[in-house]
Amino acid sequence: MLNKKINMDVPTAGVINFREIIEMLGSEEEKAVCVNLSVKGDAPSTVLFLLSEQSAFVLVDYLMGREPGFTVEMDEMAESALQEVGNILTGSMLNALSTMTGLPMSSSVPAIAYDMLAAVLSAALLERGYFEDKVLLIETRFYDVNVVLKGYFMLIPAEGSLEKVFHTLGLNL
Amino acid sequence: MINAGLKSQYIEEFKVGIADWKVTAAPHHIITLGLGSCVGIVLLDIKARVGGMVHIMLPDSNQFRNANNPAKFADTGIALLLKETMKIGARKGSIIAKIAGGAQMFKGYNSSLLNIGERNVNKTREVLEGFGIPLVSEDTGGHVGRTLILQNDTQKVFVRTIGNMLKEL
Repeated sequence: MLNKKINMDVPTAGVINFREIIEMLGSEEEKAVCVNLSVKGDAPSTVLFLLSEQSAFVLVDYLMGREPGFTVEMDEMAESALQEVGNILTGSMLNALSTMTGLPMSSSVPAIAYDMLAAVLSAALLERGYFEDKVLLIETRFYDVNVVLKGYFMLIPAEGSLEKVFHTLGLNL
Repeated sequence: MINAGLKSQYIEEFKVGIADWKVTAAPHHIITLGLGSCVGIVLLDIKARVGGMVHIMLPDSNQFRNANNPAKFADTGIALLLKETMKIGARKGSIIAKIAGGAQMFKGYNSSLLNIGERNVNKTREVLEGFGIPLVSEDTGGHVGRTLILQNDTQKVFVRTIGNMLKEL
């Protein structure tokens, strides 16, 4: 879709709470875009693709082959472009995880929200049934040589899912 | 016109996080930022000039085994806030409630099976009614994030959404 290469950082994992995720991106009332997918299969989890408003605009311009700065608001076209990026990132990550573990995994249609960071983040977790105020998350940052994006791609495993993944790899938590 | 930026230096603003609560007497302010499907509940005694706020995430503590933070749930959160506002001087017969939040933030979920925002609001109304606390105004539902502010000096409550002015609740 992009025909361009976007680099992703080596993922890091850790237990983190809402406040720390918010601090990574900015502040509670800052405008942010969140694409959210649920992962079904033996190791259920949810995927969040979080971007600051500015980074979302930059990425949309990049995807559409426009000059940076062209996009200044989220219209339907921008929303579906970002949902598609969420789909692609999730798909490739699940492919890799599935191949490695032998566990079947598939993702849902992406949902999207564009509002205050704290509001979209808490709603994403609650509406998918993640009720702890702390979550274990696997996150990665991504960047292009010319574009620096303030955004995160996170996989948040449901209780028990991580143990299953580790178990198939012969590791114990 | 209210200007939230113009505050006397003696007024402190206390922040309520997610699954958190605060109570305070006049003239101090309490604020919670970015309510999505969560609900912010203000209890206020205008005569006693005290008030408090809780930011709940979920409707019912009975559905969870380890419900160790009462501020996380509508049922236990409101009970806790009522007890704490009464501790600093509120009288039960003169306490009123104002609430905000309970939105559905995401487009594209294919079912409203788990409309947590709506369930939070419904449970909040039910619990307030159970305590006999009148719910005098609310700004709930829809698809927007909200910030809720209690100004104990003026005993007024405000809601802010992105791109809009403060609106009195």
